[in-house]
Amino acid sequence: MLLFRKASKLKAMDPFQKMLLVVMTAGAIFMLLPIFYIFNHALKPYHELFLYPPTIFVRQPTLQNLQELLNITKNSIVPISRYLFNSVVVSAATVVLVTIISALCAYPISKHQFPGHKLFFGTILLSLMFAPETVAIPRYLVAVNLGLNNQYFGHILPHLAAPVGVFLLKQFIDQIPKELFEAAKVDGANEHVLFARIVLPMVGPAIATVAIITFQGVWGDTQTSTLFMQDEAMKTFPFFLNTLTSNLANNVARQGAAAVAALILFLPNFLFFLFFQRKVIQTMAHSGIK
Amino acid sequence: MPKNEVVVNPQKIERHVIGNSRLQELIKTIYKYRISYLYIAPFTLCFLAFIFIPIVMAFGLSFTYYNAIEPPRFIGWKNFQNLLSQDLIFLQHSLPNTFKFALFVGPGGYILSFLLAWLIAQLPNKARTWYALAFYTPSLTGTIAMGIVWLPLLAGDRIGYLNSFLMKFGFIDSPILWVQDKAYLMGSMIGVTLWSSMGIGFLAMLAGVLNVNQELYEAGRLDGIKSRLQEIWYITIPSMKPQMLFGAVMAIVGTLKSGEIGTTLSGSFPTPEYSAHVIISSIDDYSGVRYELGYASAISVFLLLIMFAANRFSIKLFGTKEDE
Repeated sequence: MLLFRKASKLKAMDPFQKMLLVVMTAGAIFMLLPIFYIFNHALKPYHELFLYPPTIFVRQPTLQNLQELLNITKNSIVPISRYLFNSVVVSAATVVLVTIISALCAYPISKHQFPGHKLFFGTILLSLMFAPETVAIPRYLVAVNLGLNNQYFGHILPHLAAPVGVFLLKQFIDQIPKELFEAAKVDGANEHVLFARIVLPMVGPAIATVAIITFQGVWGDTQTSTLFMQDEAMKTFPFFLNTLTSNLANNVARQGAAAVAALILFLPNFLFFLFFQRKVIQTMAHSGIK
Repeated sequence: MPKNEVVVNPQKIERHVIGNSRLQELIKTIYKYRISYLYIAPFTLCFLAFIFIPIVMAFGLSFTYYNAIEPPRFIGWKNFQNLLSQDLIFLQHSLPNTFKFALFVGPGGYILSFLLAWLIAQLPNKARTWYALAFYTPSLTGTIAMGIVWLPLLAGDRIGYLNSFLMKFGFIDSPILWVQDKAYLMGSMIGVTLWSSMGIGFLAMLAGVLNVNQELYEAGRLDGIKSRLQEIWYITIPSMKPQMLFGAVMAIVGTLKSGEIGTTLSGSFPTPEYSAHVIISSIDDYSGVRYELGYASAISVFLLLIMFAANRFSIKLFGTKEDE
């Protein structure tokens, strides 16, 4: 039955869509190769890890790499679970705070004509263009003066200054028709209600996009750990992974552990994207007004 | 004029009153919008602390000699003078390489991500997530993917996938050093960057395409739009100008920021004969290797000015007239 429905759907497509589907599928498979590779790589026994050219699919899957990773921190003071815990706490807090703060900030810039809003938006636009690598030293000085060393806030606060999120949300809020706000105001809604009942639901897709970008940025970030955290117990998982792989270029030891660590680092990114992107597309499909 | 009569200038009083009332008016409007300011406050504070103040400090540092050990010493415009007149590596390699790279990758990646976003939007509803995921993968996997997909593909010996393919079909006689030869490194770099350029801009554009009011297409059809190309040109692009602008800004920033790709591909820093040395590589070189932080700041200020100019241009193209 299901097969029949699918076949009839295929027939319903015009030639353009059919051709498109073929081309896109070929492209998509090529693009997806790294994902298959990461999963398989983590399961490879040592003699397969070093094959050249590398094989994508594993022949004799094994879990020994995972065991190796767990054993590394057995004798050290900070266990691997602590790094993971730090990463999870920091990422969750950052994603929630960034989406709220960016949306709060984007709404007035887009819809209120408060004095200075053009200047403010111009500054944000300008700040999108700065390479953060170059401001690492001044940023360090600021963080130290704010007393953020070895604090969870030291991981979170630098990420909250995310002009990309504000910019993106502002662009979406621009597309909400003014009449909607006026109508709500006539019905007696104040600014908080407008924000919670109109802005947030209407820009759901954009918020999901901001959440994806933010999560990706903060989950993989090593900069805050390197710069602001001297206490080993406050550092995050990607930093740990870096210490694992930094001297490994020509080294055989721990390559298996690194392969599993790469998978652990990648997996949440993957799931987060999958979940939120689905939401994005669902919201798009159902929102009639836009 | 009698001595004890106070001279009064009526115009002056009037101006004073007007000035005063203007100030009062401004305070009144600011008070009226107090909720707006409350809303932007949390972001503004973080922005000031972690972007604005560091940038101002970087501008300040660009006029100094600073090696991270001694306190910065003010040397005026000297960094900029050296940059534009004496730094041969910068003038002969970084600058032209950056422009070459940006010229291909910026517009190329931009058009590609719009095209892919549009194509994905044409697909049936359920398949979309998967295709979106597939094309976003390179940004998700980042440098992990670089090593495992591109290095074997571009490897310089016979085993390298690209070489063995080209030799099998007789296009070339001997293997080409795709990432070590200075003649090919830039090309490889452009290819790989295009592959991974479906990032934030692509997601925003996908959201934008899906966001276009479907009724507009129906109205367009009634008004005599025939082909899909016309639909894109007259309806899709104008309705998603904000996302197009965002994509353009992200493309420019991403292009000018990405520099480590040449290093990852060729496995050496600086890249062979500086063939993939871009402005960002110069900054890394001076700040990370030579500890001339003042000079590195000057280069980054220069880079900022280039980005600024490029972005003014894209805003001219895509900005909405009402509140640009």
